[in-house]
Amino acid sequence: MSDTHANSVAFVRTEQVPPSPPPFQTSGPVKWAKDNLFSTPLYTLLTIVAAYFIYVILANTLPWILNGVWSTSSLAECREVLDGVSGGCFSVLTERWNQLLFGFTYPSEEYWRPTLAFILLFAAAAPVLFYKLPRKLLIITGLFPFVAYYLIWGGTIFTPILALVGFVAGYFVYQRFVAGSFAAGFFGGVAAALVVWNIGGMLIPENANENAMLLAVPSRDLGGFMLNMMLGVTCVSLSVPLGIALALGRQSDMPLIKWICVVFIEFIRGVPLITLLFVASVMLAYFFPPESTTDLFLRVVIMITMFSSAYIAEVIRGGLAALPRGQYEAADSLGLDYPQAMRLIILPQALKISIPGIVNIAVGLFKDTTLVSVISMFDILGMIRGPILASTEWNGVYWELLGFAALLFFVVCYGISQYSQWLERQLATDHR
Amino acid sequence: MKKSVFFGALTAAAGLAAGVAAAGTLDDVKARGTLNCGVTTGLVGFAAPDSNGEWEGFDVAVCRAVAAAVLGDGNAVEFVPTTGKTRFTALASGEIDMLARNTTWTFSRDVDLKFTFVGVNYYDGQGFMVPKDLGVSSAKDLDGATVCIQTGTTTELNLADFFRSNNISYEPVPIETNAEAQQQYLAGACDVYTTDASGLAATRATFEAPGDHVLLPEIISKEPLGPLVRHGDNEWGDIVRWTLNALITAEELGVTSANMTEMMAGTNNPEINRLLGTEGTLGEMLGLDADWAAKALAVGGNYGEIFEQNIGEATPIGLARGLNAQWTDGGLLYSPPFR
Amino acid sequence: MTTLTDPPQASFRLSMLLSDTRYRSYTFQFIALMLLIAAIAFLGSNLMRNLAAAGLNISYQFLGSPAGYDINQTLVEYTSQSTNAKAALVGILNTLLVAFLACVTATVLGVIAGVLRLSNNWLVSKLMSFYVEIFRNIPVLIWIIIIFTIMIAVLPGPRAFRGDEPSASMVFDAIAFTNRGVYIPAPVWGPGSMVVVITFLLSVVGVFAYRRYATKLLYDTGRLLPMGWPSLAIFFVPALLAYLVMGMPIGLEYPELKGFNFSGGIKVGGPLIALWFALSIYTGAFIAENVRAGIQAISKGQSEAAGALGLRQGRIMNLVVLPQALRVIIPPLISQYLNITKNSSLAIAVGYADITATLGGITLNQTGRAIECVLLLMLFYLTISLSISAVMNVYNNSVKLKER
Repeated sequence: MSDTHANSVAFVRTEQVPPSPPPFQTSGPVKWAKDNLFSTPLYTLLTIVAAYFIYVILANTLPWILNGVWSTSSLAECREVLDGVSGGCFSVLTERWNQLLFGFTYPSEEYWRPTLAFILLFAAAAPVLFYKLPRKLLIITGLFPFVAYYLIWGGTIFTPILALVGFVAGYFVYQRFVAGSFAAGFFGGVAAALVVWNIGGMLIPENANENAMLLAVPSRDLGGFMLNMMLGVTCVSLSVPLGIALALGRQSDMPLIKWICVVFIEFIRGVPLITLLFVASVMLAYFFPPESTTDLFLRVVIMITMFSSAYIAEVIRGGLAALPRGQYEAADSLGLDYPQAMRLIILPQALKISIPGIVNIAVGLFKDTTLVSVISMFDILGMIRGPILASTEWNGVYWELLGFAALLFFVVCYGISQYSQWLERQLATDHR
Repeated sequence: MKKSVFFGALTAAAGLAAGVAAAGTLDDVKARGTLNCGVTTGLVGFAAPDSNGEWEGFDVAVCRAVAAAVLGDGNAVEFVPTTGKTRFTALASGEIDMLARNTTWTFSRDVDLKFTFVGVNYYDGQGFMVPKDLGVSSAKDLDGATVCIQTGTTTELNLADFFRSNNISYEPVPIETNAEAQQQYLAGACDVYTTDASGLAATRATFEAPGDHVLLPEIISKEPLGPLVRHGDNEWGDIVRWTLNALITAEELGVTSANMTEMMAGTNNPEINRLLGTEGTLGEMLGLDADWAAKALAVGGNYGEIFEQNIGEATPIGLARGLNAQWTDGGLLYSPPFR
Repeated sequence: MTTLTDPPQASFRLSMLLSDTRYRSYTFQFIALMLLIAAIAFLGSNLMRNLAAAGLNISYQFLGSPAGYDINQTLVEYTSQSTNAKAALVGILNTLLVAFLACVTATVLGVIAGVLRLSNNWLVSKLMSFYVEIFRNIPVLIWIIIIFTIMIAVLPGPRAFRGDEPSASMVFDAIAFTNRGVYIPAPVWGPGSMVVVITFLLSVVGVFAYRRYATKLLYDTGRLLPMGWPSLAIFFVPALLAYLVMGMPIGLEYPELKGFNFSGGIKVGGPLIALWFALSIYTGAFIAENVRAGIQAISKGQSEAAGALGLRQGRIMNLVVLPQALRVIIPPLISQYLNITKNSSLAIAVGYADITATLGGITLNQTGRAIECVLLLMLFYLTISLSISAVMNVYNNSVKLKER
């Protein structure tokens, strides 16, 4: 073909010209800036305002952070070192590091125990959070509460072992009977666990705590960020099963059970957490048998668990309601009874839908654990507002301490919410 | 039986609940091996954890003395920090065995709330602290001032009464803890800080420039601060009362932690002998060992020593004995005789 | 569970209580009832025994006795001789005040942040997502304390305004920002000010009437009257005229430094501002997320269809996108309002005299009536929450998609 033109025209381009780069104005950073920052006068104004805002914040905080003093032993000393220059006295963090993390009464030679428990927490949480990991790893998750309890509180090792044996016994009985009827399996399991605990409780010697391998630490000595973590993890994990039960109860056909659940949920959701904590600190003690006293930590765990279980129940109810009616009908048509249908068909799907919601509740709850500082528990905020700021050396260091607490919470909560978003994308099985 | 065994197992298993108890607080404490003592969440000089987390202070010393008298070990104390709000419930519900937390002995607390104040360990009164450059010399000049005040204390009511009876106005700024009050006062968010005079002195001691602040001369209330226990357990109340009295009497009789061992060998003064248990059966009457008072004294010394060590003039808090001197020195401390 | 055969007509046997689904639910409910009664009896008897052991009783008589303490911010008249019930009322009003203020500002902040986060301006949208993430992931209690500390530490005390060379001065000579609060001028109602107020109220009614009329005219005849400037004119002009005609009866009382404090004007207390501000920006971050989700939930086809019908950009937003987005936005918005009300109980951390601080704080401390006070406190919050939920249900029903 090209031959035909060879003689008739003077010049024929035989191959395509490579595309020339777009003009400078419409490409690269200039175009990007033009499109994204200065497209209209209004946007230009907004950009300038925003840039100024960022400048002001950075100009004030950066020198303060960069000039920070990390190694003095009191505020007066730190001010001397700074000599009028703007700078943070971060030495309060280094000096009180252990108090901020563990509270002021946890024995200092035992700090490795909560730290180890914290590391194990990741191993235990991994199989729950990442469902692609082998399911066998769930055994670690199952063992974690007992190990963590033993590590943090110490004392005799028989206590967590006994608790574990009780659960294992209950599980086996449950497995044995559940094929016949769920109720038989469930109640049989509970009964078996109670029997084991009862017998075991008599076997544990009275003074077992005294010569234990790990020093027993009373829960009053827990504090700092550790307390926030413990309250958050314990209460969320306890409230998920409770929330499932409440959500199912609220959906139930049995009017009495339904109303008990509705009243409980609406009551808890209607009052602020702080009033529930007041209940824990000033009222709950009156509701326990007169001969026994229950310590504040347990009372707070009870109230926060109730609080979060009501919210989780509502999330799960949303998940249950979002399932197509057909799923329920299909389960019925297979001849499954109610526990079977719930266990095998409905809950796995409903829980999957609810996970992002549950994670949100968990984040909110974790943030709310700071409220215990109001009822004289020394969590990280309580430590800051109480012993540290009241001490002669550090009286007046606000920004460094509050900023540190804020940073810790931000890291944890932001991490969890990023995980939740990742999970949402993973679980999105509808094809868009 | 079965139920109690089960609950016992649960409580042991949980490790969180204290043991199942019998009749009296004394038996509880002995069975538990520790004394649960309610203190403030932190007021330097009276009860505050030091940088190692060890509680120290004037109120703390009373707790330790009681623990030593009962259990023989001044460190066998669990200090339970309480706020103004939680302190009475904690005591009423049995979470703590005694409360030593700058608590003012008042009629309604004694009669209506059913607590027994076993004595007074510090005679206090409500005072005012102002910055020197404000130029105020009397509390009556405070018309229109903003006053920082710790909520949940008797000081709140005294303040209202004082301003009302003097027909001047003020603006209260209620604050939960001493640390926050300090912050607001130093920043100038309030002109005046009012609380017990001892607390003011303790707070001022932690300031960078304590000299820039003055305590006004007016003391507007009587604040007898003392340890308290629940109504109805008189044996326990007696133990706490007489431990406190032992500390006071010891000072009166000149028994100190330094010369105590010497005196334990026997002295010519029968009251000292009765106090230290070398004569008579006072300890037995209380249900304690004969040398209970000696053990209590061994922890921190007598009342005077405890005072000087925690809040006395040699400490940053620098309180004079004032009303809290022995009656022989013109103060109000007057312990009933050990007989 | 349905079966094709008729249910067996056998007479009732005891075992059917467990095996027959018709009766089993009664068994379960009976068990549940028994457990409930047992639990209540257990807790109740413990309570009775504990109270008896401590020699206490449950009594609400303390509500009628004088409170004895003063409150620094009251919306109704209150002295230290007023009753505890009155103090609780002061607290309730203060709770409602801060909740209302925070709801308004949180909504404004949240809507602005939510819309800006969707904007094409890279810097602004990044800044907004930064704002949202920072505030959502740090506990509100920490925010309240931080903001209160900022107020106390950064703003000058009234002392700084004193002297010949004061280190601080009032803004426009009218507003004083101090670390005790903000003092703003208060209006003084002179004679004849009633006329101005009434004129103003009438003109507000007039604006609504005009807009209604314009809409009706548009639907009936298709004629489009201008909306913007006539509304503004009706809003301002008559009141302004009346104000001038009556000889400027409304004056302003400026705050003045007198003695220890500013006097005159209106004082907005520091704790109120800190709480208000903290709740607003914290909840604003959540509302921003709701607003963003609401706008994104409206499919692009809606605005494209509206564009195809020839609607202008502003009208697409007003008539098509917003009404649909609001349906998504408002339910979570209302539950955010509920959260604000509940979170306002954290006032206790900054010394704002809300219900938790008066009834649940000082009154509880002074009378020692812990059980009664906490119960009343919960009752109050429960009432508020249930009323807000009721409003939400009414709204949800009214905007529910009417499907066949």
